[in-house]
Amino acid sequence: MAGESNRTESMQLAPDDFTSGQEPRWCPGCGNYSILAQMKKVLPELGIPKEKFVFVSGIGCSGRFSYYIDTYGVHCIHGRAPAFATGIKLAAPHLKVFVITGDGDCLSIGGNHFIHLCRRNVDITLILFNNRVYGLTKGQYSPTSGRGQITSSSPYGSIDNPFNPVRMALAAGASFVARTIDRLPKHLAAILKRAAEHKGTSFVEVYQNCTIFNDGAYSDLTDPERREDNVLFLKDKKPYSFGKNSDKVLDWTGNDFKVVNISENKKQKKLITHDECAGHPAMEFMLASLSENQSMPTPVGVFRDIKSDTYEDMLKKQIDSVEKKKGKGDLEQLLNSGNTWVVE
Amino acid sequence: MKKMQVLQTVTIRFAGDSGDGMQLVGDQFTVAVALAGNNLLTLPDYPSEIRAPAGTLFGVSGFQIQFSSGSVHTPGDTLDVLVAMNPAALQVNLKQMKNNGIIIVNTDAFNERNLELAQYGSNPLKDNLLDGYQVFQVPIASLNREALKESSLSLKAKNRSRNFFALGIAYWMFNCSLDNTLNWIESKFESKPDLIDANKKALHAGYDYALSAEDFSTYYKVEKANKRPGKYRNITGNKAVALGMITAARKADKKLFLGSYPITPASDILHELSKHHNFDVITFQAEDEIAGVGSALGASYAGALGVTTTSAPGMSLKSEFTGFAVMAELPLVIINVQRSGPSTGMPTKTEQADLLQSLYGRGGEAPVPVIAAASATDCFKATFEACRIALEFATPVILLSDEYIANGAEPWLIPNLEEVPEIEVKCATNPENYQPYERDPKTLARMMALPGTPGLEHCIGGLEKEDVSGNVSYDPENHDRMVRLRDKKVRTIADYVDDPEICGEPEGDLLVISWGSTYGSVFTAMEEIQNRGLKVSWYHLRWIHPLPQNLGGYIKNFNKVLIPEINLGQLIKIIRSEYLVDAKGFNSVRGLPLRVSDIIEAIEAQLEG
Repeated sequence: MAGESNRTESMQLAPDDFTSGQEPRWCPGCGNYSILAQMKKVLPELGIPKEKFVFVSGIGCSGRFSYYIDTYGVHCIHGRAPAFATGIKLAAPHLKVFVITGDGDCLSIGGNHFIHLCRRNVDITLILFNNRVYGLTKGQYSPTSGRGQITSSSPYGSIDNPFNPVRMALAAGASFVARTIDRLPKHLAAILKRAAEHKGTSFVEVYQNCTIFNDGAYSDLTDPERREDNVLFLKDKKPYSFGKNSDKVLDWTGNDFKVVNISENKKQKKLITHDECAGHPAMEFMLASLSENQSMPTPVGVFRDIKSDTYEDMLKKQIDSVEKKKGKGDLEQLLNSGNTWVVE
Repeated sequence: MKKMQVLQTVTIRFAGDSGDGMQLVGDQFTVAVALAGNNLLTLPDYPSEIRAPAGTLFGVSGFQIQFSSGSVHTPGDTLDVLVAMNPAALQVNLKQMKNNGIIIVNTDAFNERNLELAQYGSNPLKDNLLDGYQVFQVPIASLNREALKESSLSLKAKNRSRNFFALGIAYWMFNCSLDNTLNWIESKFESKPDLIDANKKALHAGYDYALSAEDFSTYYKVEKANKRPGKYRNITGNKAVALGMITAARKADKKLFLGSYPITPASDILHELSKHHNFDVITFQAEDEIAGVGSALGASYAGALGVTTTSAPGMSLKSEFTGFAVMAELPLVIINVQRSGPSTGMPTKTEQADLLQSLYGRGGEAPVPVIAAASATDCFKATFEACRIALEFATPVILLSDEYIANGAEPWLIPNLEEVPEIEVKCATNPENYQPYERDPKTLARMMALPGTPGLEHCIGGLEKEDVSGNVSYDPENHDRMVRLRDKKVRTIADYVDDPEICGEPEGDLLVISWGSTYGSVFTAMEEIQNRGLKVSWYHLRWIHPLPQNLGGYIKNFNKVLIPEINLGQLIKIIRSEYLVDAKGFNSVRGLPLRVSDIIEAIEAQLEG
């Protein structure tokens, strides 16, 4: 059967092997270039033959990604890439399937498919390019735009409350949830790799800068002067420390986080530590919400990474058990089942 | 001494509350007459409420069957026999009774409250409303309780078996064997001996009652029908669709993937296929109609036979993905089991009003082949053909069924699998010069390369494609060429499917053109019209897009054209514009199959006019 080629070839792959003949047409300085570059770097490291990668994208600037990466690709319709990708994965589980989507595509028109992908835990890696604005349709507010954001369709400021994508993914039951930033290439690459290697639905929110319609949306997190005080890198089993000299840390008051200086923690009180595979995602919820609080750092990294049965594995198990019980289907017998009679 | 009378054709309807088990009784009776060798056709007719309030008019559930020693193509316009379990069932169905027809009523249910709910001012069993019918007043509920007095079941549970008592009466009246139902009861209630005992007793009690009661003086016999030799079973349209899909997938050596969202009256296809995991069948109950079609299309892209099932409003939701399938040129089968619309409409009633939606309901020039099944048994062949064309032409195909044939059952001559053709689907495997939009010169189908095939990596999508290369293109000439190519590809399908044959002379006064589930009613009407020697012929369409090649020639040979449809005239628009003929319509949109008598009248009116 097609698609069952051996894996040895993949060992020699390099990022350039994933460069398609299509010249990217994103705006100069767009954060998408960084995501594309890091993805090309990560793919050869996965030990998967090139022909087994499928990138399914939706509509919007992010949707063009599939044309720019030399794998199997589908530039699908608006918001529905998760549905199409689910069909691919269930019909051909040997494929490594990615969904590339944006904040409008994934959370507005495709919100339903997104949450159901997460809850089913189909083994698909979904990368959300979040620039908090509609780019390709010329700058309307998106479901992640902030209250008061001035855009072409909200000249007096948006009055929509924004979604927090990480919180949505956690709530919908995704088994891998992470956040990263386009301007942090190494972190981005590391997160993409972990997401791709995860078995089950893996969700990565990439804070991505739109130079045209929402430039500087993440400057607090990317500006060299400020970023170290504003970004908290999540590390499994480690305290939530951050700041220029790693001098600050998050403490848990019992119902919320507060920032304390390490030096103030003189009593060497035991600090809470990050747990990617906590039984319940309550703490991760609280962490995800910090990005909405101006006085708190924004966590990036892996929020959650748990082992959980994938949909396609459970499907296979079910099919195998039915086959074991009933035997391989005999069509002749099926057509002739029920009450039959013969006319001579 | 009881008399025996031979009848050729009988139409019987079992009617009661939706919790009375009338569908079950109907199913059992159907199998019994089928096993006796009769031709038959059924019409289940039930409310959309699962358990509508007892005794109400809208809560009446009916199951109608016409069986015969001759040919049967409709469930019957009028009733020879009505079994009414309560006043509401009598009220709803009385207008369909033939003069001097048989009415068996459960008198126990004719109490004040039920009479009021049925909007009877006075008890119809006591006034003269039922004069002119043969009425059998049977206290079914109390006789049944009496028969089960030794059973340990609760009174409520005992009462529940009264439908078997009624069935027993019907079995006696039509000289049917009880064996099949007795066996069914045993297997159905396998681990519940109380229920087996009670239901069997109820069935026997009904039978014995009719056998001994004096007023049941005559029983009837319908002789075996003269049918094509072979092995038969009863099948509903929905089941036939499911089997057609499994067969097509086998013949194409592909996995079958059904992406579907529950919707009346299509859900039974999902239910049926979900039982058959051991036939390389994956059923995926999606989060909505859009994900149903989207996942099916994704599965097709990955090499499976992707199928989605739905009904009218769900079809609307699938429009955008259908357009995408046209652009991406991927195989996909969309089964639309039509129901009364618009919007939620009447979900359990039939209609043919999605034809234009199927032909045109997408943005852009998005041609999709459309095939319509003619009957429950035809659903098998039509589905197989829809799958074959989808795969061979790399195109979405819409199959139109409807509520009437989806739930109606008729005997099916089980096909010999060796006579079912293989479906050959070629996929590219050679990396040399692969061009995703290079076409087979004959079929114009593009050659797919399945993901996973080394060296053939490429990207497809909804943006316009450059001819041959499949690269994104905004070139005006290219777009014009591609729009025409996609259109031509679908028209080319006419070379690869059989044209229907005209029924009757190839020329004459009137040509009746029909499509879909009106087949049975028109067939029956035409039998009578042609027996009268009138110069009327009939052409029943199977593929509506593309239209068959021989139809235009026939149309020219007739003075007039009549098109009966269960809509306000949809096929007629196509025929008029395609053939520039002043066709007339006969249209009735009652949520029910067309009445044979109405079609005959419409034909007569055309001949006179």
